[in-house]
Amino acid sequence: MTDLTDELDAGTVFRWLTTAAASVEREADLLTELDSAIGDADHGSNLQRGFAAVVTALGKESPSAPGAVLILAGRQLVSSVGGASGPLYGTLLRRTGKALGDAERVTGSQLAEALRTGVDAVAQLGGAALGDKTMLDALYPGVEALAAGGPHPYGAARTAADEGALATVPMRARKGRASYLGERSVGHKDPGATSSALLFTALAGAVADE
Amino acid sequence: MSEQQDTPLAGGQAPDRSAEGKPQPRVGIVLVSHSKEVADSVARLAVGLAAGRDSAPVEGAGGGPDGGLGTSAELISAAAHKVDTGAGVAILVDLGSAVLTVKVLLAEGDDLPENAQLVDAPLVEGAIAAVVASAGGADLAEVAAAAEEAYHFRKV
Repeated sequence: MTDLTDELDAGTVFRWLTTAAASVEREADLLTELDSAIGDADHGSNLQRGFAAVVTALGKESPSAPGAVLILAGRQLVSSVGGASGPLYGTLLRRTGKALGDAERVTGSQLAEALRTGVDAVAQLGGAALGDKTMLDALYPGVEALAAGGPHPYGAARTAADEGALATVPMRARKGRASYLGERSVGHKDPGATSSALLFTALAGAVADE
Repeated sequence: MSEQQDTPLAGGQAPDRSAEGKPQPRVGIVLVSHSKEVADSVARLAVGLAAGRDSAPVEGAGGGPDGGLGTSAELISAAAHKVDTGAGVAILVDLGSAVLTVKVLLAEGDDLPENAQLVDAPLVEGAIAAVVASAGGADLAEVAAAAEEAYHFRKV
C-alpha cells in the first residue's frame, strides 16, 4: 500500500516514464486507430517516437531529482514528437518537474500538487477546458483523484483517468483538428485522453513496484 | 488599407542603409508549416512578391522530426537563428502543433533568439506582408502588425 505521505525519488519517476514508454509502445496501434477516426492518424506513432527519445535520454543522463527527470523527459517530448501532443505532454512533464524543484525525495502529496500545476499549464497552452474532448478530460480527473488521497491514491487516479477518457466518447470536440468534425466527432474516444490515462496507469504501476 | 499597399513599411521613412553604409539589419521571418513544401514555397512566394526591394531574411521550417508532416522544434530553432540579424525574428505558423511548439519554445526561452515573436497572422498572406515590411526596413513591431493586418484583407 502506498499513500501520499510515502516518498518518491528519481528512480520512481524513471520507472514511471519507462513504464509509460512501454505502454505507449504496446498501445500505439490503438492510439493511432482512435486518431484516424477524428484526427490525423499519427498519435500512436508520434508518442512512440517521443517516448523512445525519453528513454534514450534517460539512459544517457540520470538526474538525481524527480523534478529534473521530468524536465529532461519533457524537453525530449517537445523536440521529438512532431504533433500537438509533443508540446502539450512536454509542458505537462516540464511544469510538473519545475514545480517539484530540486528535492531528491518528494511526497505523493507534493507530486499531486506539482501535477496539478502541470495540468493547468497544459490547459493554458492549449486554451482548452474540461469537456472539450481533450487530454484534459483524463488528466484533471486523474490528478484530482490523486490529490484526494485515501488508501490507494495511485489506483484511484488510474481509475479516474480511465473513466475520464471513456467519458470523452459522447463529447463533441471543441479543440484541435477533431473540432472541424463538429457533431461527427461524437461517438469516438479521444486519443489524447486515452494516452493521458496511460500515464496514470504507468504511475500506479511504477509506485506499486517499490 | 489601399494606401498601405503602396507604402507597406509602416513608419515609411526607415533608411535602407545605416550611416556607415552597411546594410541595415532586417527583421528575420520564419515560416512554420506542417509541410516542408508549403513552408519553403511560401517563403519563395513572399520573397518573389517583394521583388524590387532589398530582400529580407526568410526561412521555411516545415515538416516534423521524421521528415513527414508535422512540426519540428529543432527546425524552427535553427531557422530562427539563421534569419536573426539582430533586428528581431517574426515567426508565422499554420496551425495546431506549429502554434503550440512555438509557444513552448518561447516560454522555455533558450531555444530561440532573444527577440523572437510569434505573430498571429494567416501564413500565406501574412508572410507576404511581413517580407515586404521587413525588406522595407520596418522594425519587429511593424512587421508583426503588417502580418496581423493580413487577417483583414477581405477578398469578397
